[in-house]
Amino acid sequence: MKIIVCIKQVPDSSDVAIDPESGTLIRMGQNAKTNPYDLYAIETALRIRDEVGGTVTALTMGPPQAEEMMRDAYMMGVDETVVMSDRKFAGSDVLATSYTLSQGIKMLEGADLIICGKQTTDGDTAQIGPAIAEHLDIPHVAWVKSLEEVNDRFIAVVHQMSGHVQVSEMPYPCLITVDKDIFVPRLPSYKTKLSTREKEVRFLSFADLPDKNLSRFGIIGSPTQVDKMFPPEAAEGQVHIEGNSVEKANRLVALLSEAKIL
Amino acid sequence: MNFIHFDVDKCSLCHVCIEKCPFDALHMGEKGIEVGEACRMCGICVKACPEGAIRFEQKAGQADKSQWSGILVFAEQEQGEIHPVTLELIGEARRLGGPKGYEVNVALIGGEGTAERAEMLKRYGVDKIYAYEHEALGSFKADSYTKVMADCITRMQPSVVLVGATALGRSLAPRLATRFHTGLTADCTKLEMRENTDLVQIRPAFGGNVMAQILSTESRPQFATVRHKVMDAPERSAVATGEVVFCEVAEEMVSSAIKVRSVHAAERSCGIEEEDVLVVAGRGVKDEKGMELVKALADVLGGQVCCTRALVEEGYGDPTRQIGLSGRTVKPKLIVTCGVSGSIQFASGMKNSECIVAIDADPEALIFNIAHYCINDDLYEVIPPLVERLKQKKEVCSHAFSLS
Ligand SMILES: Cc1cc2nc3c(=O)[nH]c(=O)nc-3n(C[C@H](O)[C@H](O)[C@H](O)COP(=O)(O)OP(=O)(O)OC[C@H]3O[C@@H](n4cnc5c(N)ncnc54)[C@H](O)[C@@H]3O)c2cc1C
Ligand SMILES: Nc1ncnc2c1ncn2[C@@H]1O[C@H](COP(=O)(O)O)[C@@H](O)[C@H]1O
Repeated sequence: MKIIVCIKQVPDSSDVAIDPESGTLIRMGQNAKTNPYDLYAIETALRIRDEVGGTVTALTMGPPQAEEMMRDAYMMGVDETVVMSDRKFAGSDVLATSYTLSQGIKMLEGADLIICGKQTTDGDTAQIGPAIAEHLDIPHVAWVKSLEEVNDRFIAVVHQMSGHVQVSEMPYPCLITVDKDIFVPRLPSYKTKLSTREKEVRFLSFADLPDKNLSRFGIIGSPTQVDKMFPPEAAEGQVHIEGNSVEKANRLVALLSEAKIL
Repeated sequence: MNFIHFDVDKCSLCHVCIEKCPFDALHMGEKGIEVGEACRMCGICVKACPEGAIRFEQKAGQADKSQWSGILVFAEQEQGEIHPVTLELIGEARRLGGPKGYEVNVALIGGEGTAERAEMLKRYGVDKIYAYEHEALGSFKADSYTKVMADCITRMQPSVVLVGATALGRSLAPRLATRFHTGLTADCTKLEMRENTDLVQIRPAFGGNVMAQILSTESRPQFATVRHKVMDAPERSAVATGEVVFCEVAEEMVSSAIKVRSVHAAERSCGIEEEDVLVVAGRGVKDEKGMELVKALADVLGGQVCCTRALVEEGYGDPTRQIGLSGRTVKPKLIVTCGVSGSIQFASGMKNSECIVAIDADPEALIFNIAHYCINDDLYEVIPPLVERLKQKKEVCSHAFSLS
């Protein structure tokens, strides 16, 4: 079985602020790390491989520094890593990112199972996975919280809906996005670090892709534009609720309903 | 449909797509295959073409905005009930579309009983309710729901499609937006419509540290997901104004690669860290009776009981439910503290909660420094009427959807 996990490098802290003068983003943390939710995706892929057999390939679209993240992925035990990097991919929104990743997957001759994390901590849309599935015209299930049955013909997964859980089965090829806590991600091991030291990180650029239609990539291929960024409104002040006990209780319920907390 | 794109160089004029199209929407024209109005974006031709010459595509700037008008709301059903986020989306759609005189329509998709439930939506000021009922649509399957919604979108040609940011909505919307090659903004907290029908979408980014304003100026429809309890639901009106349109569900729309094995109610086994609502008992809770009050409050709020270390030491609290420096760190949407002084060690484990309500007898208690809503009173006096009031409110809500 061939498994592709989509992972992304994100800033190691979401501590950002808006410069009130220039309106630009000030990032506090400079360091990058693997999107924490993607570690669950890697772990799920490794477990399925170890049970059913096959290979795990980690795929990302991002700047060349993503190579560091791929070294960590090797240390967890993935077999192959691919970084899609090109200036032409810059400024991609969900549609362009998912299209670029689907092109990368086609370049790798597809996969039986594609696994994404539930969301990223920077983009935070949880949309890339289902969008990749649509580009590849394969079924998907999102928010998978546990695996019920996996073999070389199909996968059955337990996934969360608003007030209930559903168990769905799909044949390959298909895509799942996994929730955190599906499994505890393993720590990178020193032994695998040594044995994978020589392993190469493969790079793909725009020129390698089957579709050379530039209008589908990067900022040109992105229907959404970030028009501006601004700081959130300051939280409203404190409310002291007065009156007798019954009045206080009623007032609290009214205030919480108004603030849509209830 | 200007979304179906033909690659003239690859097309071998084999006619397979024309034969396979279930809607008879494809014809051989002067410059190759042409797509007619009957197209429902089902994707059969994309799959059927032996040359891979057909795909869904919308090029930037290609959308003729005047062809797209009105707002379509996706109405989610969960186990035979309409999800409450639906009403909030309808309220928001009416507000947005009002100045333009836009139609607000609803797509309701599901299994048995869907047509009946469509009737309930008539009283919320919508124009049309497109009802797709089929036994195979009883449970959510992303692929077939996408086909049904694509059918509805091609019928109505809405400028905006609103979907609840629920587990189901966030699985469906990205697939659908991708099929139409258009933009989708997740988890919008504020929407506004410009004179030229561009939707101004505002959403938090970077963990809520920044707000981003997002536009899709070149493509239609404009997709947005919105969470539950963000927008205002309209009042239920005495007269039913909406019209239910029963839509045919073609076999192709329900064919799916996904097989649903079972559906069951979610067991609430999550730890206090994942819980949305927490009620905390502190040393102000002096006996079993106090614990019962706290428990009743947690139940009516749909949350869990936790405690301070003092209460663990008193023997009333479970250590896995202790919040604070030597306990757990929590960040729920709502936390109600009852008889908790708010020591530094406790507060460090909960001060980032989205909404803090504090009930304490001591006006000087430190907890009042960090609480958003402060109730300076005896918890034994306040909790009983509070539980009563919350129960009343719940009953009113569950009546909102009743038929009559
Ligand atoms: C190293 C260290 C680590 C610690 N870690 C933790 C930790 O992880 N978590 C933790 O909780 N504590 C921790 N503590 C203990 C902490 O300092 C406090 O002692 C503890 O949080 C106090 O709990 P409390 O608020 O329930 O009790 P108290 O401080 O005794 O407060 C009780 C409150 O109830 C009010 N009250 C009394 N009767 C009523 C009534 N009828 N109606 C309404 N209000 C009433 C009082 O006005 C008072 O404000 C730690 C301490 C140390 C030294
Ligand atoms: N640039 C990227 N490269 C690879 N995978 C990605 C990328 N962006 C998002 N993903 C995958 O899609 C998931 C959801 O991301 P998002 O839609 O940004 O919240 C992530 O958990 C990853 O698995």
